[in-house]
Amino acid sequence: MYPSAFTYYRAGSVQEALKLLMENPDAKLLAGGHSLIPAMKLRLASPPALIDISRVPELAGIRDRGDRIVIGATTRYDDIQRSELVRQVLPILPEAIEVIGDLQVRNMGTIGGALAHADPAADLPAVVLALGAELTAFGPDGERTIPADQFFVDLFTTALQPNEILTEISFPKPPAHTGMSYQKFANPASGYAVVGAAAVVTLGDDGKVAAVRVGVTGAGPYAVRRQNVEQALTGQEPTAAAIEAASQLASEGMTFNSDIFASDEYRAHLTRVFVKRALTAAIERARG
Amino acid sequence: MAVTKLFGAPIKRREDPRLITGRGNFTDHIRLPGTLVMAIKRSPHAHARIVRIDTSKARVMRGVVAVYTGQDLIDKLAPVPCAWLVPDSDLKVPTYRAVAVDKVRYVGDAVAVVVAEDRYVAQDALEAIEVEYEPLPAVVDQEKALEAGAPQLYEEVPNNLAFHWKLHSGDFDAAWKEAEVRLSRRLINHRLIPTAMEPRGALAAYNPGTGELTIWCTSQNPHIHRLLLSAVTGLPETRIRVIATDVGGGFGSKIPMYAGEMIAAALSRDLGRPIKWIETRQENYVATIHGRDHVQYVDIAAQRDGTITGVRVRAYANLGAYLSTAAPGIPTWLFGLMLQGPYAIPVIHCDVFGVLTNTTPTDAYRGAGRPEATYLLERMVDLLARELRMDPVEIRRKNFIPKDRFPYTAPSGLVYDSGDYEATLNRALELVDYDNLRHQQAELRQQGRYIGIGFSTYVEVCGLAPSQAAGAMGFQGGLWESAIVRVHPTGKVTVFTGSNPHGQGEETTFAQLVADELGVPFEDVEVIHGDTEMVPFGMGTYGSRSTAVGGAALVAACRKVKEKAQRIAAHLLEVAPEDVVFENGRFFVKGAPDRGMTIQEVALQAYLAWKLPRDIEPGLEATHFWDPTNNTFPFGCHICVVEVDPETGKVTFLQYVAVDDVGNVINPMIVDGQVHGGIAQGLAQAVYEYAAYDANGQLLSASLMDYAIPKASMLPSFSVDRTVTPTPVNPMGVKGAGETGTIASTPAVVNAVIDALAPFGIEHIDIPLTPERIWRAVLERSR
Ligand SMILES: Cc1cc2nc3c(=O)[nH]c(=O)nc-3n(C[C@H](O)[C@H](O)[C@H](O)COP(=O)(O)OP(=O)(O)OC[C@H]3O[C@@H](n4cnc5c(N)ncnc54)[C@H](O)[C@@H]3O)c2cc1C
Repeated sequence: MYPSAFTYYRAGSVQEALKLLMENPDAKLLAGGHSLIPAMKLRLASPPALIDISRVPELAGIRDRGDRIVIGATTRYDDIQRSELVRQVLPILPEAIEVIGDLQVRNMGTIGGALAHADPAADLPAVVLALGAELTAFGPDGERTIPADQFFVDLFTTALQPNEILTEISFPKPPAHTGMSYQKFANPASGYAVVGAAAVVTLGDDGKVAAVRVGVTGAGPYAVRRQNVEQALTGQEPTAAAIEAASQLASEGMTFNSDIFASDEYRAHLTRVFVKRALTAAIERARG
Repeated sequence: MAVTKLFGAPIKRREDPRLITGRGNFTDHIRLPGTLVMAIKRSPHAHARIVRIDTSKARVMRGVVAVYTGQDLIDKLAPVPCAWLVPDSDLKVPTYRAVAVDKVRYVGDAVAVVVAEDRYVAQDALEAIEVEYEPLPAVVDQEKALEAGAPQLYEEVPNNLAFHWKLHSGDFDAAWKEAEVRLSRRLINHRLIPTAMEPRGALAAYNPGTGELTIWCTSQNPHIHRLLLSAVTGLPETRIRVIATDVGGGFGSKIPMYAGEMIAAALSRDLGRPIKWIETRQENYVATIHGRDHVQYVDIAAQRDGTITGVRVRAYANLGAYLSTAAPGIPTWLFGLMLQGPYAIPVIHCDVFGVLTNTTPTDAYRGAGRPEATYLLERMVDLLARELRMDPVEIRRKNFIPKDRFPYTAPSGLVYDSGDYEATLNRALELVDYDNLRHQQAELRQQGRYIGIGFSTYVEVCGLAPSQAAGAMGFQGGLWESAIVRVHPTGKVTVFTGSNPHGQGEETTFAQLVADELGVPFEDVEVIHGDTEMVPFGMGTYGSRSTAVGGAALVAACRKVKEKAQRIAAHLLEVAPEDVVFENGRFFVKGAPDRGMTIQEVALQAYLAWKLPRDIEPGLEATHFWDPTNNTFPFGCHICVVEVDPETGKVTFLQYVAVDDVGNVINPMIVDGQVHGGIAQGLAQAVYEYAAYDANGQLLSASLMDYAIPKASMLPSFSVDRTVTPTPVNPMGVKGAGETGTIASTPAVVNAVIDALAPFGIEHIDIPLTPERIWRAVLERSR
């Protein structure tokens, strides 16, 4: 509850944030502070300096860029949830955000902070995987784009370099007859995902599955896509039996976390169940 | 008696405006100039020898005033006391040092103390203290702790067995031999962490000039704390003032005398400056008592018609690493005496083994012993019903103590004051529309949906008293309560109570009682509690005793005041006292209602004393110490309806009905609130909350990230109703209402879940019924 001493910097621009980051190699960026500050209070993290990027104007906001929707890294959960554009085009985002923490958390937490932090039990990593998002990082060598598939590397570890800033997340607008759903089994204590499954399904004119992406969080050390499920379902008639069969593959080849609430075996089971539930809901909506 | 106006009125709690607008006066809000901050370094090992403590780096840090180890405190503080010395149990009370010397015995045991200018520096200094440990094997499970070769916590407590308590009433062997049905089970009643919203803390201010110690602390019983602080510091009781006006929840966890508060007191005296110590939430999880933690072996003897003829229990109670203040009394008296529950069971045979382990000490947690007894009995009754293919309702009816048998002397020796158990059951059945619900259940099962209906019919013992019984049970104190009623010259009233409400709302209910008794406006009654300098010695708030005992003390004091006022009024009205009538706050001459005066006018005359006869003292106040003749025994029926998703094991609450009988009700809104909160905690024991230790004694559920306190969205909406069977034990006819919810609800929920899973052939799953446990049970039966 009592962090060790640190220096506080407030960046006015991305450039300034990067400069501060270069000058203070062990510093941490501060966005919504809702993962970092609790860790500091428990002294699980003791950065000598914080660089507050939450007020950098160009880092926040939701923009329509034709075939893509781009969300700035420090955009707060609550702003995403209230965005009419996001609600219409990417309804899985508000659906997932709805079950993140509580109102205070959603008022403060940012999408970039959540992704950069890569908590194994966080919700949005599964969603960006299922949506096929691209993440933009800004560092000493300029800007680069990282596909969501390559972003989550390990427990609390992403493809970002220590001196890179996540600036925005870009989502392709889904084609017609796409349905999406996020289904979460929340830990009753923390509210975080024991398992969370995100599915985005596009149906062809023939009613068969034209494209599907599935992301899973909470189950293992980091969020993963479930290509085996996707492959099993692509081109199929989306019957209950087909969904069930594909979902059975969801736990294959994964490593699972184990804690006092849920063993690895149970998490594997929940992964299959929640992938099935997410797929079922997404397909229903795609037909909708 | 005055015309009742406020008794029974759902008046909003007068304490709430200050509490919900952030104007409460909690320990951490008190600021004194020159205050130093104290922090405690705690053991990361469950069991280890302390080889060396190096405080040199911490001592020289800027802002650090002093650092103490256990050795430094030996002369300044006596050991942490245990005050419930259960007789005839071969009780051993090992030495419990406020700061460990030589050896630590649980994760969280204090090893050093820092006093600094601010809390951040103190935290840095804690990290700078180096402690070298020689880890020893640890034991956390009470049954393992008794095994040969288990790690020994104390040389003076062989086999870690602190006591063996027995209650043998009737001939169980005969009952067992003659029984037509015999049922045996091992039941777990797992460990819980009270998690009061306000952690513990103290601000100790010793005045070297006067030799007086004032200590604000999170206490349910300030006078008991004053007495114990006097014993451990050596300061006379008259030099210590304990203040605990606003306390943010206790649930029993703020009854004991703890190391933290003791150390703050001793160090303030040592340094001559005020010292504040406030637990962090992490500290609260390891250093404040836990509750429950029994392993029970139960045998039930019965006839084929469902009549239960005997109960035998062998319980292993995990006491943790040291004996907390009331610890020995909880799993013995408060558990064993209630093993017959609301049933006319003639034979009770109980053996309790109190075991020391390398875990946080356990003590009273809301319900304290009674939930452990109720869960055991209600689970066994359901198992028996299943065995006999009886409806759970019918088996309960069959065994209830009939209403014409009160007062009822139970085989455990308790005398149940009053009761009508069937009435609560009938009302609850009506509220859930039982027959219809069973039909619905059958229909839904056809559709592959699993609904369950669970019952808990209970009786509990509360209003903890009387003092003679306390003495016989080895409780090192009386169980009466004190009150002063002071009518001021203006007719305004201040009452001082030895109870110390910390969420129970007695600032409101006591004002209702007093306003009714004296016929004065509710607003004119001020209730003072929690300050040993203002209030006469009081026993405090726990065991659902404040209203039944503390309230009765107030009423008795009011009656003394009225009696005196009547004499004064009679004198002034120039008639005999017996010719004066008191009604609605006014004394008047019998048969001549316009010849009279108000109690306010009498009060003024009492203080002016111009016209008082010599045999009446001036002033208008009275003191009463009320020692009741018995406890009170609230009872009721709770019914829970759940749906279980067998695919995930998740439990969804559909309905919760509680019909309680707490005797007469002073403020139904407050009783509803108590019942709601109690159900939330008991229900949480069934499905959410559990303290988890690993085999090495690390507490794994050591934060709110892992310990599942239910949020509103995780609870059903409660429908609460009551029947009213007054108790003859106090003049108001009220029974305690603070713990019924917790005591009743755990088995109601568990029985519902097991009922839902009946189609899978599942008879029992040990609590907590986490989704994974339910999923596994279903999986096993489906294989
Ligand atoms: C009570 C509570 C409940 C919660 N429940 C949930 C839940 O149910 N589900 C869930 O998913 N989350 C939950 N969270 C976490 C919450 O979503 C966090 O807000 C989020 O994970 C982190 O976002 P932030 O903006 O607060 O990041 P911060 O805490 O400010 O930062 C987190 C980390 O990311 C780094 N960082 C931040 N922004 C950037 C950037 N632009 N570029 C590079 N690095 C960056 C920081 O340096 C830091 O290391 C909960 C939090 C709390 C306090």
